[in-house]
Amino acid sequence: MSLVAETTARPAETVRVTRSRRNVAWTGAGALIVVVVMALLPYIVYSGTTSIIVQGFIVLTLASMWNLLAGYAGLVSVGQQAFVGLGAYLVLILAIHGTSPFAALPVAAIGCGVAALPMWWLVSRLRSGYFAIATWVLAATIMLIIEKFSSVGGGTGMPLPGLSGFSSVLLTAYTYWAGLAVTTVALAAIYLMLRGRPGLVLTAIRDDEVAARSSGARVGLARLLVFVVAGAGCGTAGAVLAISQLQVNPGAVFSVQWTAEMAFATIIGGLGTIEGPILGTAVYMILQQTLASYNAWYLIILGLVAIAIALWSRRGLWGLIDEHLHLRLFPVGYWLWPGGEKPPQSRLLSRLLSRLRRPRP
Amino acid sequence: MAWVNAIIQGVLTGGLYALFACGLSLMFGVMKVVNLAHGDLAVVAGYLAIGVITVTHIPVLWSFIIVVPVMAVLGYVLQRTLIQGALDRGVLTTLIVTFGLSIVIENGLLQFFTANSRAIGTGLPLVSGSFKVGSQIQIGYLLVIIFAVAVVVLLGLQYFLSASKYGRLIRAVADDKEAAQLAGADYRHVFGIAAAIAFATVALAGIFYGMYSQLSPTTGTDTILLFAFAAVVIGGLGSLWGTLLGGVVLGVAQQIGAQINISNEVLAGYIVFLAVLVLRPQGLTSRRTQS
Repeated sequence: MSLVAETTARPAETVRVTRSRRNVAWTGAGALIVVVVMALLPYIVYSGTTSIIVQGFIVLTLASMWNLLAGYAGLVSVGQQAFVGLGAYLVLILAIHGTSPFAALPVAAIGCGVAALPMWWLVSRLRSGYFAIATWVLAATIMLIIEKFSSVGGGTGMPLPGLSGFSSVLLTAYTYWAGLAVTTVALAAIYLMLRGRPGLVLTAIRDDEVAARSSGARVGLARLLVFVVAGAGCGTAGAVLAISQLQVNPGAVFSVQWTAEMAFATIIGGLGTIEGPILGTAVYMILQQTLASYNAWYLIILGLVAIAIALWSRRGLWGLIDEHLHLRLFPVGYWLWPGGEKPPQSRLLSRLLSRLRRPRP
Repeated sequence: MAWVNAIIQGVLTGGLYALFACGLSLMFGVMKVVNLAHGDLAVVAGYLAIGVITVTHIPVLWSFIIVVPVMAVLGYVLQRTLIQGALDRGVLTTLIVTFGLSIVIENGLLQFFTANSRAIGTGLPLVSGSFKVGSQIQIGYLLVIIFAVAVVVLLGLQYFLSASKYGRLIRAVADDKEAAQLAGADYRHVFGIAAAIAFATVALAGIFYGMYSQLSPTTGTDTILLFAFAAVVIGGLGSLWGTLLGGVVLGVAQQIGAQINISNEVLAGYIVFLAVLVLRPQGLTSRRTQS
């Protein structure tokens, strides 16, 4: 507030607005390096390691989508497993009809996005808590309907055809790259969406729904958009799941455990930031791998940690980092620089910029 | 005749669903809490009853007298600590905390008691027996007892909320907790009492479910919570008698679905739920009554 009051008194040209407090060029280059290094991993590490990372990709994609729902749009869905299952089954159905499961990935994304429309029409009639259980009932209903079709394996599911042509090493690598691509696209899409106009509306809803409504934000439309994007994202994650498991089982893909995992990872990492789910997924994977031999214990511990964080540290682990370092890997907001202070720029970048900003004749 | 039998069975199981649903409805009506751990708490009550019976060898019916008060106290304590803490931080936190609780309870039960399903064996002829009407209709005593208990519980709740001093306090707090606080009512305590009542009804329902069918760690979410919720929505949000109507409609739909094909039982119930959501989102009883 005081910053705004201070700056309005100054001449307009002395105030600079940037996306980030730090230089974006470095974080952008960093992200590129991370993706490239990740893409090279199948040449470096054993296939057991990449299989574990694929699980991480699935959880990260799911968590990022759940973060969009709960963290920004205020929609607590406990029925996102509906889309995980639908995505997996779309891949299965296309594979039965001869399409390569990898080529089916974009179809699964679009199909789940489209399927989200009628589902939204149904569940959006209910508010907050009842919305949550309605999504759950819807997921259970979809599973029960799919189990009716014996052509896709009925109640027991079936192995995914169309992958027998690959050698196991190659298949693991392809699955890994598919997972990496899906996660990268999902994160990039969320980042671009939150930087743009929808992001402004969503951030307003996140901070105060009533205020957002009264200032003319189209809350309903923004929520529909988020529900569709989250549906498409979770569906694609489900498609990757089907490929990595090599089979589709209705009880497994429609399990509420998926929603538990995505919700816990998001809450632990930090609700309402893009970085939160990434950090949360890392915590999730570490816990899951270390406690793998103790069955469901990792989920119990994750649940307890998530409850504690929801009660006492609402912004999660990333919130703690942000508080101390003012660090944003994905700057979606704006930072106001009062006159005199200069936003940081690398020398290379500033030289480029100054060349672009030649004074007009 | 088979269809008449299906409808009668459906109406009677509706009593059980109403018993599940009224606690959910009460907690939402009074403190705007949608308790996603509702079903798992019913399973906890059922497991507690099994534990008490195995350890002490007391008659089955005595387990109610032990487990229901224990669950009521648990409800009060949970409300005053975890749920109130979440409520103070907003709706989102309440949902996250109760969902977390649900997953923790379910996996905890799985860890300690395995995924095997268990039933509460009664051994009483009155409970396991049945009587015949005509040649094809067979009605179990247990279902009749459960239905009667559900009606008594709903009548009791109705009387308690409308006539007793505490009931008036609960309604006052549900309407406007700040105003009630100004008038000298400690709303946190009143919330605790309401949660205790809700937990007592869910304990009752959980033990009955263990006698009627079988309990496993996942019963709480994939059956009880979803059925209770469907009953609440079909009957109409916030209506106490609506939960009975909703439970009966759900039960009848399931039994008719099962009559067509046994695998359709659960699906038929959900389809009726979705149809109500589309055609009449305010529920079958739109008039707001108690709580």
